[in-house]
Amino acid sequence: MRDTAETVTSSLDVDGPLAPRQGFWQLLRQNRLAIIGLAIFVVFFCIALLGLGLTSGRNPTFDPAMVRLQEKLRPPFSGPNLETLRSEEVPRLGVYVFGTDDLGRDVFARMLQGAWVSLTVGFVAVGISVFIGIFMGGIAGYFGQNHTFIDTLIMRFVDIMLCFPSFFLILTVVALLPASMYNIMIVIGLTSWMGTTRFVRAEFLSLREQDFVTAARALGVSNFRIIFRHMIPNAMAPVLVSATIGIATAILTEAGLSFLGFGVPPPHATWGGILSDGKRFIFDAPWLTFAPGIAILIVVLAFNLFGEGLRDILNPKLRERY
Amino acid sequence: MVKNDHILLSVQDLKVYFHLNQRLARAVDGVSYEIRKGETVCLVGESGCGKTVSALSTLGLVPQPPGKIAGGQILFKGQNLLELGEEEMQKIRGNHIAMVFQEPMTSLNPVFTIGDQIQEAIMVHEKMGQSEMRERCLRLLEDVGIPSPRERLADYPHQLSGGQRQRVMIAMALACSPEVVIADEPTTALDVTIQAQILNLFGELQTRGGMSLLYITHDLGVVANIADRIYIMYAGIIAEQGSAPEIFHDPRHPYTQGLLASLPNRAKRGTRLHSIPGAVPDPAYKPGGCPFHPRCSFAVESCGSQFPEMCDYGEGHLSRCPVLYEMARQ
Repeated sequence: MRDTAETVTSSLDVDGPLAPRQGFWQLLRQNRLAIIGLAIFVVFFCIALLGLGLTSGRNPTFDPAMVRLQEKLRPPFSGPNLETLRSEEVPRLGVYVFGTDDLGRDVFARMLQGAWVSLTVGFVAVGISVFIGIFMGGIAGYFGQNHTFIDTLIMRFVDIMLCFPSFFLILTVVALLPASMYNIMIVIGLTSWMGTTRFVRAEFLSLREQDFVTAARALGVSNFRIIFRHMIPNAMAPVLVSATIGIATAILTEAGLSFLGFGVPPPHATWGGILSDGKRFIFDAPWLTFAPGIAILIVVLAFNLFGEGLRDILNPKLRERY
Repeated sequence: MVKNDHILLSVQDLKVYFHLNQRLARAVDGVSYEIRKGETVCLVGESGCGKTVSALSTLGLVPQPPGKIAGGQILFKGQNLLELGEEEMQKIRGNHIAMVFQEPMTSLNPVFTIGDQIQEAIMVHEKMGQSEMRERCLRLLEDVGIPSPRERLADYPHQLSGGQRQRVMIAMALACSPEVVIADEPTTALDVTIQAQILNLFGELQTRGGMSLLYITHDLGVVANIADRIYIMYAGIIAEQGSAPEIFHDPRHPYTQGLLASLPNRAKRGTRLHSIPGAVPDPAYKPGGCPFHPRCSFAVESCGSQFPEMCDYGEGHLSRCPVLYEMARQ
């Protein structure tokens, strides 16, 4: 791998302003699994955005709510029976790509709509949890030694939160709140920040004793700058890994909630909801379970792979391996 | 020789205590030293004698708690640094007094390129444009003798060797042309050839920039190379102070004499090395009176009860051993 290391450095020493991000992409390109993960994630992102555009509005291109009872449980790639359908009921692609469900709704259209739900739930929930996690963990870790009270308060609260089986906590909260996509995101976010808090606190506790933190202070760098410029980037590696895996978990949690009927209210399609509806027909119409199931699997796997790759790249000590 | 108006940094009767396991560890217990413009002062002592703590407190970097500055003054250009707030201290650090640490391996932030880190050292205290900053970084790296600095700017710390990293640390310390540089055993983690290079570098930079250097070490060989004046520390106090020739050729404290006698040299080849009996006292359990008396071959009864005063041998040569002083007078 010496050659690749050489090319990395030589492509970096261009004149002009420094471009540290350039090195990041160079390294990412060499990590095949991470690239696959990233590619799937980008495709998923595009599909979800596209799906939002194509399935919403008054007259959507793909209508996930269009009921065609005479066309129910059609297998994937089967063409519609044009004689029994009105022209606006014919699927836009000419075939039911993922078949139809028990109400004759186009599963492809429903999958598109569900992709957006999964994406936003994953990102918003993890965004909330990472934000809370870094904030709480950072405070506990940085001020913990001199103000033990703050540290104790935060960490015992974390312990208390971890005592609840979080899925049932979410179920309870969701049962009490009006059913909506945003409530679900917030609830998932508010019940999954504890791991990040512990990570960040542990990182900060060890980082604040590091020589480079003392060295930065000796150069006159302010506390604020030390926390945000020197410590958080060093603490980011485990946070990013746990965040990408957290996105996967959040998508799974949302799917699980929808599966149990506590998720995003119908008729809005979600992958978990499609799965739940399809389980009754698993032998007659397996595509109803396999389409969302495999989609969840691929997306979750992609996030996990990307998370792992990200960890390797963000840790300069592990870089030498590539 | 002593001209007070040239004193840049003066530490007076500094006391730094640590509360550890309900006991009070008096790490630095009344230390005074001063650094004049352009000179190299060496603070010499064994591990745990308070060298590093007294240097860290000059920059206000002693962790409090468990540390506590129990008394004394640190005057920098007549201003008491101990009275300054955190924000004012930040303006002093790096800008007027900079520090080079012992461990170049861990003193650089692993996630940033060295270019970024040197730039930060400048940016914290001075505002300038990107291209100007880059020029300054390159010049600093050239000054500290890093080959092809243009390429090295984009390197991460782990891509450099220990000696190169220490050079980068020195470049960062020099970024804002500080008046005083405190070097805390900067060559301990490096091998001997690199150590010689770094010492030469310090000497060069000093003649060029006219800065003062406070060099903390336990290595008397290094001290002999670079020191103008020397302070010998033992168990949180200054045992002896004086110019380099005075300390090396006319030591007036039993501890200094013991240290010098335990240096290996060619004349003593084949014989057993001299050693000072006993060990450095735990700062939490220091003996009363003179802290060195349990290990001292000159000790008399009063050494165990009376804290020794500084005895003046003239021309800034002071030693904290009244017994030897009496003997010298007779």
